[in-house]
Amino acid sequence: MKPSAMSKRKLKESSAESAESISQVQKILRERFCHHFCAAGKLFGMEQQYRHLLELLRRTTVHGESNSALVIGPRGSGKTALLNHVLKDLREMTQVRENLLEVHLNGLLQTNDKVALKEITRQLQLENVVGDKVFGSFAENLAFLLEALRKGNRTSSCPILFVLDEFDLFVHHKNQSLLYNLFDISQSAQTPVTVIGLTCRQDILELLEKRVKSRFSHRQIYLMNSFDFKQYIKIFKNQLSLPAEFPDEPFAQKWNNNVQHLSEDKAVQDVLQKLFHHSKDLRSLHLLLMLAVSAVTVHHPLLTAADLQEASRQHSTDSKANIVHGLSVLEICLIIAMKHLNEVYDGEPFNFQMVYNEFQKFIQRKAHSMYNFEKPVVMKAFEHLLQLELVQPLERPSARAQREFLLLKLLLDSSQIMEALQLYPNCPTDVKQWAASSLSWL
Amino acid sequence: MNTRQQSKLIYSWYGKPLGSDRKLRTSHYKGILITSESSKTETCIQLGDFILVEGVNADQPYVAQLVDLYEDGAQHKHAVVQWFCRLEEIPQNQRKMLKRDISAQEVFFDQVLGYDTDIAAETIIKSIMVIPLHLGEELPVITLNKEQTFYVKQSWDGKCFKVLSPDTFSKLKEANKTRGVITNSSKASIPSDIFTPVKKKTESVVRSATKPKKIDMEIESKHSSSKSSLSKERHSQRMANNDIKTPTARKKLELNSPTRSKGRLLGYEVLGLLDDDCDATAPLEQSATKRKVKFTNDILGSPPKIPCSDDKSKSTTQSAEHHQSDIMRLSPYTKVNDFSDEDKNLQEKDDVPSLGGYQSSQSPVVTPRSRRRCVQKTSALIAEQISMLDQEDFLSDSDSSYSLSSEEKEDDDDDDVPCTPEKKTKSNRILSTPKSSRKSAVHTPAKTLRKTPLKGTPRTPRNATPEIPRRIQATQEPASVLEEARLRLHVSAIPESLPCREEEFQDIYNFVESKLIDGTGGCMYISGVPGTGKTATVHEVIRCLQQAAENDELPPFQFVEINGMKLTDPHQAYVQILEVLKIRGHSFFSLIFLSLSLQLDLLWTQKQNVMYNLFDWPTQRHSKLIILAIANTMDLPERIMMNRVASRLGLTRMSFQPYTYKQLQQIVSSRLKGVKAFEEDAVQLVSRKVAALSGDARRCLDICRRATEICEFARQKRAPEMVRMAHVTEAIDEMFSSPYVNAIRNASLHEQIFLKAILAEFRRAGVEEATVQQIYHHHVALCRMEGLQSPTVSETMAICSRLGACRLLLVEASSKYLHMRVRLNLSQDDVMYALREE
Repeated sequence: MKPSAMSKRKLKESSAESAESISQVQKILRERFCHHFCAAGKLFGMEQQYRHLLELLRRTTVHGESNSALVIGPRGSGKTALLNHVLKDLREMTQVRENLLEVHLNGLLQTNDKVALKEITRQLQLENVVGDKVFGSFAENLAFLLEALRKGNRTSSCPILFVLDEFDLFVHHKNQSLLYNLFDISQSAQTPVTVIGLTCRQDILELLEKRVKSRFSHRQIYLMNSFDFKQYIKIFKNQLSLPAEFPDEPFAQKWNNNVQHLSEDKAVQDVLQKLFHHSKDLRSLHLLLMLAVSAVTVHHPLLTAADLQEASRQHSTDSKANIVHGLSVLEICLIIAMKHLNEVYDGEPFNFQMVYNEFQKFIQRKAHSMYNFEKPVVMKAFEHLLQLELVQPLERPSARAQREFLLLKLLLDSSQIMEALQLYPNCPTDVKQWAASSLSWL
Repeated sequence: MNTRQQSKLIYSWYGKPLGSDRKLRTSHYKGILITSESSKTETCIQLGDFILVEGVNADQPYVAQLVDLYEDGAQHKHAVVQWFCRLEEIPQNQRKMLKRDISAQEVFFDQVLGYDTDIAAETIIKSIMVIPLHLGEELPVITLNKEQTFYVKQSWDGKCFKVLSPDTFSKLKEANKTRGVITNSSKASIPSDIFTPVKKKTESVVRSATKPKKIDMEIESKHSSSKSSLSKERHSQRMANNDIKTPTARKKLELNSPTRSKGRLLGYEVLGLLDDDCDATAPLEQSATKRKVKFTNDILGSPPKIPCSDDKSKSTTQSAEHHQSDIMRLSPYTKVNDFSDEDKNLQEKDDVPSLGGYQSSQSPVVTPRSRRRCVQKTSALIAEQISMLDQEDFLSDSDSSYSLSSEEKEDDDDDDVPCTPEKKTKSNRILSTPKSSRKSAVHTPAKTLRKTPLKGTPRTPRNATPEIPRRIQATQEPASVLEEARLRLHVSAIPESLPCREEEFQDIYNFVESKLIDGTGGCMYISGVPGTGKTATVHEVIRCLQQAAENDELPPFQFVEINGMKLTDPHQAYVQILEVLKIRGHSFFSLIFLSLSLQLDLLWTQKQNVMYNLFDWPTQRHSKLIILAIANTMDLPERIMMNRVASRLGLTRMSFQPYTYKQLQQIVSSRLKGVKAFEEDAVQLVSRKVAALSGDARRCLDICRRATEICEFARQKRAPEMVRMAHVTEAIDEMFSSPYVNAIRNASLHEQIFLKAILAEFRRAGVEEATVQQIYHHHVALCRMEGLQSPTVSETMAICSRLGACRLLLVEASSKYLHMRVRLNLSQDDVMYALREE
């Protein structure tokens, strides 16, 4: 804490000239945190996978060897980043640069084979492309593409790299015929192709149809976020540090020193430890840092542990509990009534009438500060809860069923309700007591 | 009769006649003496001995066992033999059934019916050894008499190979023992030369034409082993046909330096033979004594066109040869008489050289059947070689003109062979024959024609040529052993042959061949799990058939491949067929290879009309459509197809079994032949592992390829490295290990606790399904136990959806929030195993 406080004081003196630097810092760091998959960033803990993929693609381009591989890892584990890195480094090799055609497909965009085929044809600039449009029927396009690929051979044709992002979505295409054809080409003496699929599903191989599976080379590259906490701290430091080519050098020096101190700070380590325990993926770290970095201003030029703690608090708050904070006392009373019903009936669904009865009991026997609302008013409050999706109907409301008797479920856990009540401003004590025990009036 | 001639080999009986048959006027003997005048040696061959018998082929005399010796009323010496056949005599396409390597010294006990076992005694060359061996036994190391020792392990009955019956085995063994004694006692040595064979069949022809008793068949010794025995065969035929000896041909052949490539040599030889035929016939037609021709050929018979530069040295060597050479007179064979009918079936082609091809194998393609079909056979071979010669562009102009004349002559000779003229024209580079254009149509894909410029609607890319841009820099050739191995192990690398699928190949080949010959249609259904070589085998069959059709051994046919997976719609199948049929008329045979790759998900329409139409086609009258349908499931016709479709598919079924580990091992090692990149054990490990899992050959090759990469990574230093067990194990682990356990171990702490909470909830409820709310309570409790800060509901939901995205969990739509139901996507045991190991 102490060194950061000192540096703060020092910085106040030079606040005017550092305004420029601050905006620079914000720009650099935000770019880094938002475009985490761009090739400019760094890779962590995947050197082996990097070498494997690079070697694979290098052989495709240099030797004309056909291959297929899947990059599998949970969301945010750096699959796209890895691929982009490899491609960037590949393009820097002279023997590769102009020898590789790339086709990028995304399962979310190319939702069926027809669209995918047109996209492939367009990206390959085959001859049935006029301008940006691909002509011909689906069957013609397929025949044309297959024919084009069949004509090539290992030594003379330009190798093609197919990158299938969200590979698992291609699996759901009819008959998986696109995948079949791509893998079939990669296993036969035609134009050299390499098919790289990116997916987060661990069970992807089970989804492949048996013919497709047999043609796939079973080369899987797993990204697992397999770093420990020490490395996590290192990544944290690395991500927050300013690059050496930062224009205002003394400021960069100060900033980097501060980051070094932060990484050794116990409070900061606690925050990071908590985040690390919850999720190892780097996106959540980026999100946390983004929140923290937004707090940096001219008057507050360096990050502090408090900034990170605040960011962490924001990052981990319960979204539903937040909604509860903004409810009226009547609505809170209804939620408490529902909670009691849940406890009594062990999670069985309830309807409005039951909630209203429970509320009436409370009003009549226990409440001193509460006004006895009319039923339509209570109904109105109840519908507000429905709109906020704090309660959910079991079936769609129909015109015939009376709204009072529609079966519902509460989407809040009792612990969430209790927690929210603690934080609720100006909550009447009798309501609090009632919330603690449904039998408190006895 | 042999004494009447001044021949150098004299055959006389050994001992007194054992007995005689008055009626048939035959007397039997127990042995025969062969006396060579030139070397003054005497060889005694007794009953039960193994002998070499002159055949159509000088380098490959037939192997036989002497069973009986007798002299008939006309004082002709006869011998009754039990034949053995050499590997070369077995049709090429059936050799695959052996599934092992055959050494040149191995012969098969011949049980093919229909061979004449009665031969003239004068065709016996000398005695040899034939040693019976058990199937597994290795050939013993041969120290001396390499050419005179043969081994027999199996018998061949024209259809399949069998292990020798113990009875025959002991008989053969016995024969060897007795024989050893006799040779010792007789102490006879044999001149090492082998005799030029005389073709049995043509001999009989000759006899009928020109009183063979008066004709000396001339035997010339040969030493040049580089000579193709094929050409010799042809030579002898030519000789018989024209009643003439053409020594110049020999000579020309010998001029070819051995360094020349085999293909050229063959072509050249053939041409030389043809040359000599045409010009030597005229002057020497009437000459009665061949010997004269032979001995004078250095002066007389050398035609001016021989491009012979070192004539002198050649002639001296030849005269030296003549010195040793023997002449014997042959009486006509009875063996061959009954085969003259077969000449008529010239259309019908057997066997022949589709697989190995003439370029690769040193061994001539001689089949047992072709013993009697030499006319057609040789003409086909000539055609083949000439066409090859044509490719090689080896001919000078003058040569080609000669070849033309000789061809014309030959056409006169064999004008009962309808296929030859066409081939001949081919050799003369007249490529505009309908045949050749058909061929080109077969080779070029249908698309080229479809893409003929058609100024039409702009919607279809009719005039576009499908092409991938060419690469700018050339591919690098493999630099190291490992890279070479990787290249060969790639699934796309086309092997020279398909090991371990010989029987299936044979069955399919025979099926299609018979249909083609009969001119009928038919269906065959081929099933098998992926990666067992169905498509590869069918392609190989088609390739062989196309080759056979090019050689005019089979009627020409069209080949259409339809892959259900490559169609967007079942009805597109019609389009593909139409495109091929458009190129040529419908007069040709059509062979449709239908790859029902997606077992009819694709060719399956509601009414199954596409399949119905396809399978109905062959059953129509005059239809000449053969369908080979490939699918994965064995009982597909029963399961999916309607009855009327299934019944048209017929009952010709074949299923490909998954490869066993031995076969996989063979596949890998055959691809790696000559490249020392793998340890033997490593290959075996891969094969066993894959065979245990799926028997998918593709998988096996992929693992091997991956292993070479791992090996390359591991070695770093430049030292040459072999792929060892460790590398293979790593590759196997990489490909087969379950990703789930690893994924769980690398999950974050709360994700692991969440999984533990799921297990706890499952155990509590006894149901393998729980809502997030229930799990959350367990999760909080677990966190409290471990002294961790308990997560909020939102965080828990995030954990749940992350695990759901990886498919470690199966989750419902997230709109249900806390009431979302969760199931595990792997067994509880796996989760526990993964979590416990921490």
